[in-house]
Amino acid sequence: MAEPGLGCGQLISEGDYVVLKREDVFKAVQVQRRKKVIFEKQWIFLDNAIGKNYGTMFEITGGGNLQPKSNIVASAEPKEAGADNRNIVDDGKSQKLTREDIEALKEKGIKGQEIVQQLIENSTTFRDKTEFAQEKYIKKKKKKYEANITILKPSTRILAIMYYAREPGKICQLRYDTLAQMLTLGNIRAGSKVIVMETCTGLVLGSVMERMGGYGSVIQMYSGSGPNRAATDCFGFPRSFYEQLYEFPLDKLEALVAGTYTSKVIPGEVNTEKTAEESSRSDNEKQDAAPEVVGDCLAEESEESMDTSPPEKKEAVKGCGEVSKNHKGGQNLDKAIEKKRKQEERRKREAEAAKLLQERNADGLILASRFHPSPLLLKLLEFVAPSRPFVVYCLYREPLLECYTKLREKGGVLNLNLSETWLRNYQVLPNRSHPKLVMSSGGGYLLYGITVAKDSPKDTTRHEKSEEPAAKKQKVSEDKS
Amino acid sequence: MSFLEYKELIEDGDTAIVFLGHDYMFPVTIQHGSQTQTKYGVIRHSTDLIGKPYGSKVTCSKGGWVHILYPTPELWTVNLPHRTQILYSTDISMITMMLELKPGSVVCESGTGSGSLSHAIIRTVAPTGHLYTVEFHQQRAEKAMEEFRQHKVDHLVTVKNQDVCKNGFGVSHIADAVFLDIPSPWEAIGHAKDALKIEGGRICSFSPCIEQVQRTCLALEEHGFTEINTLEILLRIYDVRTVTMQIPDFGKATEDEGSSESGDTAKQIPASQPSSAMFKSGISPKESVGHTGYLTFATKSLF
Repeated sequence: MAEPGLGCGQLISEGDYVVLKREDVFKAVQVQRRKKVIFEKQWIFLDNAIGKNYGTMFEITGGGNLQPKSNIVASAEPKEAGADNRNIVDDGKSQKLTREDIEALKEKGIKGQEIVQQLIENSTTFRDKTEFAQEKYIKKKKKKYEANITILKPSTRILAIMYYAREPGKICQLRYDTLAQMLTLGNIRAGSKVIVMETCTGLVLGSVMERMGGYGSVIQMYSGSGPNRAATDCFGFPRSFYEQLYEFPLDKLEALVAGTYTSKVIPGEVNTEKTAEESSRSDNEKQDAAPEVVGDCLAEESEESMDTSPPEKKEAVKGCGEVSKNHKGGQNLDKAIEKKRKQEERRKREAEAAKLLQERNADGLILASRFHPSPLLLKLLEFVAPSRPFVVYCLYREPLLECYTKLREKGGVLNLNLSETWLRNYQVLPNRSHPKLVMSSGGGYLLYGITVAKDSPKDTTRHEKSEEPAAKKQKVSEDKS
Repeated sequence: MSFLEYKELIEDGDTAIVFLGHDYMFPVTIQHGSQTQTKYGVIRHSTDLIGKPYGSKVTCSKGGWVHILYPTPELWTVNLPHRTQILYSTDISMITMMLELKPGSVVCESGTGSGSLSHAIIRTVAPTGHLYTVEFHQQRAEKAMEEFRQHKVDHLVTVKNQDVCKNGFGVSHIADAVFLDIPSPWEAIGHAKDALKIEGGRICSFSPCIEQVQRTCLALEEHGFTEINTLEILLRIYDVRTVTMQIPDFGKATEDEGSSESGDTAKQIPASQPSSAMFKSGISPKESVGHTGYLTFATKSLF
């Protein structure tokens, strides 16, 4: 395969980044031959999925191999059903099959569907359950014993839901509907030039890139040795998408604003001094991050993440793929040259990013990080053109209140809004529709607005737009613009 | 001007947003020699607007001023002329993400209504995607087409005046996603399935009533859709205010000379400075939108 995860093929290919789905559980993996993947506590091999259509449902057969399954569910019509549950007693004796019996069935290679059938036959209370309870019972047992896996193409929808469910801590607990708001309110679209600052392991970046479809440019700000793009990799974007993705370190921003930034002289020197040490460290960090990436997308179990770390990943994606095992010794010279080349490349990219920023005409700003949003927002808004949207995510409301106040003092923005979204899922069944019993109680907060040309100090007088909230009133004073 | 790309300067023929204050704005078509009345006085398009950068502050004839904004689909949503109920950005965001829309997506929509969602879809699927939108009300369909032309997005959208429940979308097996906002979506599920690509796609139906949702879900299941999921999303707005609260005075623990009398204590209250605490808060408005509609999503797989 030429391009891993080019995203246009409808057939699953080796090297593709895909998402496994079982019931409501997702897991992102890369398709590789003869590679064990743990999903929902089961070892599986994805070899048989190669060449099949995306959206295909598989069942797991002996040895962890996948076998395509027809989607048609043979629904065993319950023949008898009780009227209510008055005769059902929870004495733990209703199931005649013991755990050992079930294990024995499994070991004999009996299919999940048959196990479920046996469980029903050996349940003394099944016939007395109501029709609804029977349905529920079957559903529950199917979930446990019938391992059907669907292989899907990654998308913002799937990855955002997956991360929120599995590893909310890694994405600043950014709920998927909140991310959806950000992309819309930020008017993220093809052809824009967007500044992104996130510490959501690349999920926000990936979703922005997906919405831009390879048109326009993204400048990712980062802190530390480099941006974490583990989740971005899971999107499986074609290489071309990365050509217009730039990164710029936050710690050089002050210099950029002051006009003292030069990618060549000063940082260059620093880089050469630190080269070996620093870059090996950062490489090591990446090395660490790489399994974690996978761990990120994939794993709750740690052995799994090590086992499934795809080697191709390293070359697959520019920027994230610059991992070199320099500490292995041996090929030092080649490595050194290669490293120098990569460093030079990186320096060049940074200079390009600096140039893009310096034009101060970005079309949007998206913030979702673990840093306090206020200094970031004030600093980065300098690089955004007038009449453009910006969106800031924060898990907490207070920092956004501060952003709001500071922005009002500083001016240059209007239509500021602070909001959150409330999301509720429903069970919809004939005559049995109601909200799901559990809902997320918070998805974080958003502050968003529109940039405008800065006022010259003399005309900040009109009362209706008074920039600073009048704090003199006893109760509350409105400070809306 | 085109809604599809930002530009720096205001030009003749543009649609722009005149921003007067929070939640107080309106759209205007820029025209040489034309004038716009605002509560702050007149804006003359030729002298005050054309050639100025978007985001500029413009002084009106009475000395007040406004800002002129570039029309994003989100600003358009809160400014467009209503011909029907419209979808707002909160639902639109969810629809866009859950339908997996991106540049290049082909989308079928019904009804077009006032074009609020249509503009947002076109923004997202441009420059290589397409929107087929079906509206059974003739004037609405015509008006929508006129707006798309004026906003220079008409090359990305096809408007059809027909009843989707009877005649479908007029296309088959080309859509990545279908969106339904019609009174009886269950009658259009079959057509939606026809419109979706052979290899599958996503569908969304928006309905205000749970009874509609119930029937729609049944129809989706009958037509072999999977991952059927109904949800509701609401926007909670916080008004940022500075709040001041008084600190109560509990008196003093040790009695000062001559203050043991209750009458004296009472007299002392005004003397001691009543202190107060001030803080910023995000306050929920007394009333807000409690329901827009249920969003039902589903997937059609190849099999």
